[in-house]
Amino acid sequence: MDYVFFIFVPMIAALFVPLLFRLVKRIHTGWFVLAVPFVLFIIYAMLIPTSMEGFVIESSFSWIPSLGIEFYSYIDGLSLLFSLLITGIGSLVVLYSIYYLDQSKEKLGHFYVYLLLFMSAMLGVVQSDNVISLYLFWELTSISSFLLIGYWYTKDASRFGALKSMMITVFGGLMMLGGFAILSLAAGSYSIREMIANSSQVADHPLFILALLLILLGAFTKSAQFPFYIWLPDAMEAPTPVSAYLHSATMVKAGLYLVARFTPLFATSSVWIWIVTGIGLFTLFWGSFFAVKQTDLKAILAFSTVSQLGLIMSLLGASGMSVHSAEPIFAIAGFAAIFHLLNHATFKGSLFMIAGIVDHEAGTRDIRKLGGLMSIMPITFTVAAIGSFSMAGLPPFNGFLSKEMFLDAMLAIRHFELFQFDTWGILFPVIAWVASVFTFIYSFYFVFYTFVKKGDVEQLPASPKEPPFGMLISPIILAAFVVVIFFIPNKFSDWIIKPAVAALQPHLYAVPQDVTIKIQAWHGFDAPALWLTVGVVVIGFLMYKTLDKWQPYYGIQPSYLSLNRFYDAMMNFSEVGMNKISRAYMTGVTRTYFLYIFASFSIITLIAVFAKSAFAFDLSSVTPVSIFAILNAMILLLAISFVLLAKSRIAAFIALGASGYSIALFFVMFKAPDLALTQLVIETVSVALFLLAFQRLPQMNTHGETKQNKIVNGIIAAGVGITITLVALASHSTKLIPSISQYYKDTVDTLAGGGNIVNVILVDYRGFDTLFEIAVLSIAAIGVFTMIRLRLKGDHADENK
Amino acid sequence: MELLTAILVGVLFTAAVYLILSRSLLKIILGTGLLSHGAHLLILTMGGLGGESPPVIADGVTDFADPLPQALILTAIVISFGVTAFMLVLSYRLYAVHKTDNMNALRGNDEHD
Repeated sequence: MDYVFFIFVPMIAALFVPLLFRLVKRIHTGWFVLAVPFVLFIIYAMLIPTSMEGFVIESSFSWIPSLGIEFYSYIDGLSLLFSLLITGIGSLVVLYSIYYLDQSKEKLGHFYVYLLLFMSAMLGVVQSDNVISLYLFWELTSISSFLLIGYWYTKDASRFGALKSMMITVFGGLMMLGGFAILSLAAGSYSIREMIANSSQVADHPLFILALLLILLGAFTKSAQFPFYIWLPDAMEAPTPVSAYLHSATMVKAGLYLVARFTPLFATSSVWIWIVTGIGLFTLFWGSFFAVKQTDLKAILAFSTVSQLGLIMSLLGASGMSVHSAEPIFAIAGFAAIFHLLNHATFKGSLFMIAGIVDHEAGTRDIRKLGGLMSIMPITFTVAAIGSFSMAGLPPFNGFLSKEMFLDAMLAIRHFELFQFDTWGILFPVIAWVASVFTFIYSFYFVFYTFVKKGDVEQLPASPKEPPFGMLISPIILAAFVVVIFFIPNKFSDWIIKPAVAALQPHLYAVPQDVTIKIQAWHGFDAPALWLTVGVVVIGFLMYKTLDKWQPYYGIQPSYLSLNRFYDAMMNFSEVGMNKISRAYMTGVTRTYFLYIFASFSIITLIAVFAKSAFAFDLSSVTPVSIFAILNAMILLLAISFVLLAKSRIAAFIALGASGYSIALFFVMFKAPDLALTQLVIETVSVALFLLAFQRLPQMNTHGETKQNKIVNGIIAAGVGITITLVALASHSTKLIPSISQYYKDTVDTLAGGGNIVNVILVDYRGFDTLFEIAVLSIAAIGVFTMIRLRLKGDHADENK
Repeated sequence: MELLTAILVGVLFTAAVYLILSRSLLKIILGTGLLSHGAHLLILTMGGLGGESPPVIADGVTDFADPLPQALILTAIVISFGVTAFMLVLSYRLYAVHKTDNMNALRGNDEHD
């Protein structure tokens, strides 16, 4: 069986969900859905031995072969780790949602369709080798996430959060597509492996840095890095299973996956290392600092997710340094990144589920109203405590191990000598340590303010009690992993982390067995990371104890100086501001539009003519001027000025007729008898037509045109006139090829049997023109008839009557 | 001669554009009339104004005026007549319904945005 087809299994299963939801009322639809991620998890888990050996599973099927676009599933250690997270946590989340969402009250048909769609998309993102299909799945995660956040679509906040996350992640996705396009041009292939194989050629491309920045924009928007993290707290309006799944364990890690996947390609660049490490670290600090300010349980977790994603991002940046430096600690940074990614998925998933349980049982997520739940919900409290302590980086939980490695890596950055890191490097461990202190504070804040702090349980909207056991299964399993990983980290490392690390740093390791890193909980008393951790615990605990004293100072930050406000202003501008701009130039008055058209016509033509030195003036082929022509020209000028100056409509129309007759005279002079005849007849009929309608036409009126209007009109009109004259002269002076008329003159008698060349051209050589000219006249006649006779009645009659 | 007609074409276009930019629908129709005159004269000028005799086969004549621009203009005259007639009736109907030919007043309203 080709593994590429497993990507589409959830999508196909989604087709049956609405059917099951309608037909089987008595069984919760989630039970059927649960089978999908669980079976996939087993299938992917069976690949672990293969990937431990360093083998890669590849399979593909063509989508658009002529363009080299295909669905190509490339499962190495990194893809496998993510696939296991997606299906494993996916199973747990579905199980949790069965107890969280009510079969009779919720539209579960929709919910599970979106969730399965998301699962497919996410598997596609982490397994695709073809960047185009990667982009396809990437946008599908954005769309399914949008649908899931807006699941309770009757709530304003849900719709706002869904739109916000959509705008930001799709913006990043489009930027990423641009980066992919540049990369595939540079490498001559859509395949990520081939890009990495041709990395020296790709790095020489002049747009390499641009591609790097665009792809980072995609990764940073998806993984909620500074300053794009703002959508994540608003996405907490989603049902809690969604928050646990998408917004902590899987989707927000898609950006981390992307960074890890492209590290072998981009890590040679200093820009990559600076941005990934710097932004990651800053996001870590920012997220942890503002998590303490939040009062909503899910908001605390959202900021904590932002902060932890920043931590992993900065470790991925440091892992890129191993390309430039042989120091073993940078190899460890890559290991730590993958390790913490796994750890974060376990403890954050369980914490979100805990927040959901508290919300479900107490009826509120507001931490100011909660408190004293420990004795009522002891199991929930235990799970929450395990998750929080792991998040804070305490032993004996897995967060402790990765936090130690993180601090080690940040300390080592000081010694990295390339790219001026040794000047600024001291900032890295300092920021990392401060952020760790705040992480400690909000972890304690989360668990103790909810469960231990004295609170009035009576005034809660619901009377809390221990939730149904089914709801606790998933968080308990995740919490068990938190503890188990601490005690046997090296087993997990052999199974899934080392293969992933080998994929992240292929220049260091050929096969996963080459990764010799051992995870140790105890480094001895002289290890700096230990003393840093002790410092975090001591300072963190002291600050936690005094939290009530300094937490109000967060209120000092003025609300207009926030990124959310900036986003709102931008959205507001794109609606109201753009509307204003459109209204400013789209006046609805025809004159304005004519002004734009005529002005741009003259300006563009004149610039083009002179910029290309196309203007030529040559009088050699000019025919002599006759006295009749000068007289006729004066008649024409006179007629034109009458048209312009006439005060009454009849004078104006007669002057227009006069100009027409004058043109007919020109036709006579220029040896065009048929034109002269037609022009005379048509001009006569036109004037007659006007005289017929004379009584019913409006009076000549200026309608209050100002002098200024007239001057502007005059300037534009003169510009158009001058342009036309210049173009006429220039094109007359540069005749490049002889006219084809000689052919007509030669063959009009022999081929067409006619004497009048113009008439023969009209009906014989170019008869089609004439046919459709007849059609034009017929249509005009029908149009005139309809306008005069047709009067619609009823609803369709003229609105003004 | 071409210099003269090129200038005349320029004057015709200037007058036509000036009229089209005005606020009165009637003047706009006048402007389109002048504009089509200008265009026809321009086509003729472009073809060259030489040629001893009209493009009709006759004994002993070899130097004809260029027949092709004439055929093109003939078509153009008929079409512009059709359009002018249509616009004239349109303005008549418009005036009958809205009682104005002020283009500034005939700009729709924001309800249709």
